[in-house]
Amino acid sequence: MASIDLKMAWRNVWRNPRRTMLTICAIAFACLLLVFMLSWQFGSYETMINSAVKIHTGHLQIQAEGYRDKNDIRLVVDDPAAIGRRLEALPRVDTYTFRADAFSLVSSKERTYGVLVIGIDPEREARTSTLSRSLQEGRYLEAGDADEALVGKLLAKNLRIVPGDELVLLGQGRDGSVAATVVRVKGIYASGQDDYDRSTIQIPLPYFQEVYAMGGSVHEVVVLGRTLKDVPVIKEAISEGLKSEDPESGLVVLDWMELMPGLVEAIQIDLYSGFIFYFLLIVVVAFSILNTFLMAILERKKEFGVIMAMGTTPGRLVRLLLLESSAMTLVGIFIGTLAGILVTWYYQVHGFHISGAADVLRQFGLPERIHPRLSAASILIGPAAVLIITGLTALYPALRVRRLRPVEAIAKG
Amino acid sequence: MYLRLGWRNIWRNPRRTTVILIAIIIGVWSMIFLGALMRGMTDQMIRNGIATLTGHIQIHQRDYRNDPAVENSIEDPAPIEAALDERLPTGAHWSARIRVTATAANARYAGGVTLVGVDPQMEARVSFIGKAIKEGRYLREDDPFGIVVGRALAEKFETGLGKKLVLMTQDTEKNIASRAFRIVGIYRAEMEATEKQFVFVTLPAAREMLKLEKGISEISILLPGHEMVAATLASLRDAPPLSGCDVESWRNLLPLMRAYLEIYDSFIFLWYLVVFIAMAFGIVNTTLMAIFERIREFGLFKSLGMKPWWIIKEVMAESFFLLLLGILIGNILSFLSVFLLMNHGIDLTRFAAGSEFFGISRVIYPSVYGRDVLLANLVVFILGLVVSLYPALKAARFKPVEALAHV
Repeated sequence: MASIDLKMAWRNVWRNPRRTMLTICAIAFACLLLVFMLSWQFGSYETMINSAVKIHTGHLQIQAEGYRDKNDIRLVVDDPAAIGRRLEALPRVDTYTFRADAFSLVSSKERTYGVLVIGIDPEREARTSTLSRSLQEGRYLEAGDADEALVGKLLAKNLRIVPGDELVLLGQGRDGSVAATVVRVKGIYASGQDDYDRSTIQIPLPYFQEVYAMGGSVHEVVVLGRTLKDVPVIKEAISEGLKSEDPESGLVVLDWMELMPGLVEAIQIDLYSGFIFYFLLIVVVAFSILNTFLMAILERKKEFGVIMAMGTTPGRLVRLLLLESSAMTLVGIFIGTLAGILVTWYYQVHGFHISGAADVLRQFGLPERIHPRLSAASILIGPAAVLIITGLTALYPALRVRRLRPVEAIAKG
Repeated sequence: MYLRLGWRNIWRNPRRTTVILIAIIIGVWSMIFLGALMRGMTDQMIRNGIATLTGHIQIHQRDYRNDPAVENSIEDPAPIEAALDERLPTGAHWSARIRVTATAANARYAGGVTLVGVDPQMEARVSFIGKAIKEGRYLREDDPFGIVVGRALAEKFETGLGKKLVLMTQDTEKNIASRAFRIVGIYRAEMEATEKQFVFVTLPAAREMLKLEKGISEISILLPGHEMVAATLASLRDAPPLSGCDVESWRNLLPLMRAYLEIYDSFIFLWYLVVFIAMAFGIVNTTLMAIFERIREFGLFKSLGMKPWWIIKEVMAESFFLLLLGILIGNILSFLSVFLLMNHGIDLTRFAAGSEFFGISRVIYPSVYGRDVLLANLVVFILGLVVSLYPALKAARFKPVEALAHV
């Protein structure tokens, strides 16, 4: 019986091919758009997260409690080497590095600016962040370097310096003493994020520790996992290790979401507002096609009257009608999703250029050409929502059939 | 007559008409209402940008924007100020400032800030600071060591009213100048980043610290309305005392903001198109159904001598009423929703860090732009009529004999 129902439904769908095609097109349009948009959004979130992680924060950081809010130079990680050994024992950790920061006055011959001086381990840093690759002029730091510095591009412009020039650093050491030194500019970097490029310089960590009286301590241990998905596992492993070794260590493990709450919430805002738009779009589509479902029933009252008079139960009739509408919906969803995948895939390979938006995108760590990225979620969420909402739409006319009285239906036709 | 025929015809099947009307209404509502929310967001971005010291127009020394250092000050602002008083429209306000990057430090912390030296009265009329003091008091004319800082900065530095804050910066002689101030007021701003960035002192205090005689870094002008920017800009650029200066509108001073606005413009238009396409399928389908049901009727008309052109007009009259009704109700609902949100807005405080990241306000109020409403309505109305041509042509081409034979 089921196969007869199926066959009947399929044939009924094509009794009015023009109407069916228009309905399928409406559904397909919504699916195509949703697959593309969601792949676009998810793709750019991933790029935003990755570039923020690669430029500044890493996936995780181990810091003294309170350092993130206060940036107090005295809140340090005393024994970074011990934490390094612990990290090396974790298979999911890809790489890690140490950093120390201090706010200082930096003067060139002509200009003075207040900047964040960051001490880095050149070799480890190169593996952890994009710093070494974002060099625009000069050369990157090497292991043996001491009084040399890398300077952000906009800061270099403000200080009017080029590689080879000298800079005077003046700040306060960890012990409250005056920290002062002269460094030579070795290279100039451009992360693309203006704030960062305007306010940071990087010097070798051992030299930093000497100038700022840090001893062997650092402020941040920056960890990169193999993938974003490894972050919670690594976080738990490190936290427990720290706790079991010394519950009073005063160290905390922060993941990228805690390090960049703004980015996480910005993604939520973007996602939720996107959902509002998509929902309304699907509702408009649903009402657009509701008439098809409705007409398919009202037109055929007489026919239904006849088959009911011949013994078809109302339940079977409802099932038959739902089969018809779901056949239409499914064909539309299938075509739309397929087309969506193809279109998205094309842009995934070739990139999508938004003209005039390069400057804005750069501030979010996004390249000028955006590559949407297909994923199970981006392919399935949109069409699933379409299926549910159009399914609910089809329910109303189908259920109305139950009220049909065969005799009246045949008589009125 | 077509109109009356069309109007009666759409109500021959009220349920079907209602369904397609709902599609149009929701579509129009989503266009206008969501458009108003997006505009509200960008409006507030602009308002914040302008209030956060930019103003509508700024005047700088020619090299200042490229190299914002104390040497690139306007050395003698007096003739410029005289020209401003003469040329600015009534209701406009201006404020001359010294603005340099500096390091703020207390016993425990140090950090980068922007030191802004202002005339307290004039500044209060131009930027946000006049209404932003939440603790203590605002600067006074005679306040050589008073400083006003943002709440986020005060928290970060673990400091408060009456405490000392030392500012260091480079003076005109290229030496490092430092001066100890006492916090007299704490302000709140829309963005935490603003609270951390700007500290305000009086002009004389800043001049003394920087060893400037009369010089200033910038003049910021607030006009009574956005629409006056272009004319004022042109008038100021013509003024002889300003000939050596860089006079710019906020659009060029905030290039990122301008890029944002352009992105939103295209996004709003795309959204209109997408929603329209979604409802267009329904409009075409419904009208097609309506004419195929009446295929005999059209055959009869034709055999009675009705020209195909008249049939087209009749079918188009039906779409005309559908679209008109949908647009009308959609607009009414949109304005109602905007009206309901006018007072309270949409509160994004839960996502405060996220809205800060985007540079938008914590509460979004809808803002209706006439041209958006017009565009939305035109898209629906004109494109709606265009797609209805298809069923109309279909109806006009029915052959009388076949149509009459149709069951």
